[in-house]
Amino acid sequence: MRALRFLLRKEFLQIFRDPALVRMLFMIPVVQLLVLSNAATFEVKRARMYVVDHDASTMSRGVVDRLAASGRFVRGGGSGSVALGDDALMRRDVEMVLTIPPGFERDIVRYRHTAVQLLLNAEDGAAAAVTQAYAREILARYATELGTELFPATALAGARAERPPVRGQPAVQVRTRGWYNAELDYRHYMVPGILVQLLTIVGTLLTAMNIVREKEAGTLDQLNVTPVTRSVFIAAKLIPLWIISMVVLSIGLVVAKVAFGVPMIGSLFLVFGGAALYLVAALGIGLWVSAVTETQQQAMFVNFSILMVYLLMSGLFTPVSSMPEWAQWVARFNPMMHFISLMRAVMLKGAGFADVARQLAVLATAGAVVLTIAVRQYHKRSA
Amino acid sequence: MRAPERIQALAAFVIKEMRHILRDRQTLTILLLLPLAQVVLFGFAIRTDVNDIRLAIVDAAPDDATLALRARFTGNGRFRIVATAATVDVLEPLFRRGEADVALVIAPGLARALADGTPARLQLITDASNPNTGTTMQTYAGAVIRTWQAALPGARQGVTIEPQVRMLFNPTLESVNLFVPGLIALVLTLVTAQMTAISLSREKERGTLEILLVSPLRPWQIILGKVAPYLLLAFANVVTALVAAWVVFRVPFRGSLLLLLAASTLYALVGLALGVLIAARTESQRTAMMGSMIGTMLPSTLLSGMIFPIASLPWPLQLVSNIVPARWFIVIVRGIMLKGAGVVHLWQELLVLTVMFTVLLAVAIRSFRARLA
Amino acid sequence: MTLAIEVRDLTRRFGSFTAVDSISVDVAVGEVFGFLGANGAGKTTAIKVLIGLLAPSSGSARVAGFDVLTQSEEVRKRIGYMSQRFSLYDDLTPRENITLYGGIYGLADAEIRARGDAMLNDLGIMHVADKLVSTLPLGWKQKLSFSVAMLHRPDVVFLDEPTGGVDPVTRRQFWEMIYAAAARGTTVFVTTHYMDEAEYCDRLSIMVDGRIAAMGTPAALKAEFGVSSIDEVFVRLARPATATAG
Repeated sequence: MRALRFLLRKEFLQIFRDPALVRMLFMIPVVQLLVLSNAATFEVKRARMYVVDHDASTMSRGVVDRLAASGRFVRGGGSGSVALGDDALMRRDVEMVLTIPPGFERDIVRYRHTAVQLLLNAEDGAAAAVTQAYAREILARYATELGTELFPATALAGARAERPPVRGQPAVQVRTRGWYNAELDYRHYMVPGILVQLLTIVGTLLTAMNIVREKEAGTLDQLNVTPVTRSVFIAAKLIPLWIISMVVLSIGLVVAKVAFGVPMIGSLFLVFGGAALYLVAALGIGLWVSAVTETQQQAMFVNFSILMVYLLMSGLFTPVSSMPEWAQWVARFNPMMHFISLMRAVMLKGAGFADVARQLAVLATAGAVVLTIAVRQYHKRSA
Repeated sequence: MRAPERIQALAAFVIKEMRHILRDRQTLTILLLLPLAQVVLFGFAIRTDVNDIRLAIVDAAPDDATLALRARFTGNGRFRIVATAATVDVLEPLFRRGEADVALVIAPGLARALADGTPARLQLITDASNPNTGTTMQTYAGAVIRTWQAALPGARQGVTIEPQVRMLFNPTLESVNLFVPGLIALVLTLVTAQMTAISLSREKERGTLEILLVSPLRPWQIILGKVAPYLLLAFANVVTALVAAWVVFRVPFRGSLLLLLAASTLYALVGLALGVLIAARTESQRTAMMGSMIGTMLPSTLLSGMIFPIASLPWPLQLVSNIVPARWFIVIVRGIMLKGAGVVHLWQELLVLTVMFTVLLAVAIRSFRARLA
Repeated sequence: MTLAIEVRDLTRRFGSFTAVDSISVDVAVGEVFGFLGANGAGKTTAIKVLIGLLAPSSGSARVAGFDVLTQSEEVRKRIGYMSQRFSLYDDLTPRENITLYGGIYGLADAEIRARGDAMLNDLGIMHVADKLVSTLPLGWKQKLSFSVAMLHRPDVVFLDEPTGGVDPVTRRQFWEMIYAAAARGTTVFVTTHYMDEAEYCDRLSIMVDGRIAAMGTPAALKAEFGVSSIDEVFVRLARPATATAG
């Protein structure tokens, strides 16, 4: 144990003697958090639409006006020719082509039913899906509006106007509520996840480079001929970065609160408890990579491959529940997924110890397993 | 030294560098297999749609009408009922533990209210902590209720405007079609920018670069020798990724393969120049790696349109995204693969990459010289 | 005679290449043993097996009374090692390096300070004790490596070319330190390229192509080969090897 004290002192000295490293350690997560949290959104602010209005009626103009008035769409050209619209789409001048067929207004009045065509450039699939959803919603609202205007007696979902009950004519009121994020601020959801991502990247990169760096420099041989035990050695490598990561997490949480107003409904203690366990697992993986590789280049590459799987299968950007069954199983072994869900549950929903007990248990197990592997894979003597 | 000799020296040097990489079997295997594994893994696993919604139902007084409504949800493939309860108290813990996404609360006496024509009250509660999926799930649930409502006896129809949506170039919004171009960009960034940055700074750290510099080789030749093998590797990666995408996922390939390979080479060159620049500006492998990670990987995933649409970015970040090479490259790859676009359509993007390459290379060589002088 | 190092038929292979080919060596306690050989003869590999950094392919070795394969932790407590390539921390100061290794070997704080100061003084590098190691010239770094290897007063110390690239004055100082250590009872196992240094050893062995080609006191070896210096012995032995190696 006495040896550990001296090894820790050495690790800290080495880290803080590298000013570039210290700057990166503390500055970069903050800057990245500020930038990336703003970048991670599917919301499309202004989609340009090309209008081909074959009807040129009050109602067809109403459609275009409603779309533009929503602030989601802006008119990016228009003519009577669908072909010109297609061209604009191909050239990426517009994101959507709206075609209103002749007889649009007539059909609404006569049959209460009509159709419009939306042509989207799905090259950018996520944006296309979101744009389409906006358009659908605006069209549905306009239809409801036209319905109450033209046929006041009709009962509609979500209609506000109270009317005397009519027997045999069902009336349904649906109220919708979104819990935990009333303003629907996507950043509140992303910031905790991105914070975890940054912690993981910085932490595992440094640990992955650490042992292998000593291998390359030859200093590891000198340590290996001493009686330092393997677990003391691994502990000395793990603890400094664990402490630094906890500090980075604290700074990140302050930024989340101050810059993004992310709430902290649950207990801060629980967040740190989860982080303490998670970091053991995450940094342990870095150490394991470092123990089994020979050069820093290799270490970086292996670590990067692991990080990719880690990140994309963590539910950070895409929901885990949408993955196929086997991929969900893989994700269940990903400590990052559990920690992100813990952070989100505690911070945004106020989950308590009992609610996240399962995640905590998984993280603790992962930490123990990873550390054991790292210690076992680190050999003082090569075969 | 005369020109032919110099070329010979350069060739010898490139061969030496190739041997270096080929000898390191472990790294080479990973370098070649990684893109393949990624395309397959993420092609299957990454889905941006919402298709398994866990629903909790609060039905205080079940009757014919509530059962019919519930049956609508059971019958819909998207929803999975995880809990049915009589009071709303159960919802809070379900949501907190993340075991339910949506709750449908049915006020008592639904059948009677419908018959009387008095307002039948339903409430849809979504876990909106993720506003994206929250909104989507709410829309799906609302649609189920509307179909149920339209089928009620005596229901009268309102006005509907049906949007007939056509998704051009990727009609089913297949996620894999959108990810493959992004993955190619990511892998290329890794192999070119990061590996070059690290391998050059390694030589700097070890002092072997100085030995090379006193040789008759010119600085640009040394750099060329160092990056040429990575360029070849990058090329191999693009090909394997494309083959995997085509064989496993039948990702369409509508444009010219030649153009795609040429564009990939151009993009790889940009990455290599960036790697050289990072190596020139950093002192150790560790900082070079951190620098390349932050300077290339994160922007390439988040500011490139790979996952999040560029149009969604706030305007300052949209401006920043213009200097991210991956942003332009992804447009090119998507254009060629999905749209069958040619040089006529993509010349602007290609030009941007060419300019980037020239500028980066000039700056990189200059700062390398400054460092060594 | 008690043995500090006892090597029996030790072999180490790397794939099909045999770096150390069935060598047997005995070194007595307190002896200064010179381990000679041309570059690539297998010296460093043999040392790495003895100090527990490499596993032997076959054969056995005992160091300081313990088996290097099965009791390596006991061996590690009793040995010191100075590698051919500088292997202390460049981004720490000499004093910080000394403190680190003192702590690892379980010395008390006061002891670390006292021994560290004494060594830095003896080696004449006290004035740079608090400068970063990376800023020191090679000779001073070597002195530092030596003091770290000797810090915990090991029973056996392995010095892999301690005087490589060092000026003649410093080399002299080194050998004085080595003799002082031996006088205190530390066994010294040293490799060198300088044949004049070989003459200072109590006994030496000359390795050629992984085998020990000759072993004995400097005087005995010279007599055996009928030459006047170890240099000539070495050239005689090494020549056939270089001839076959091409």
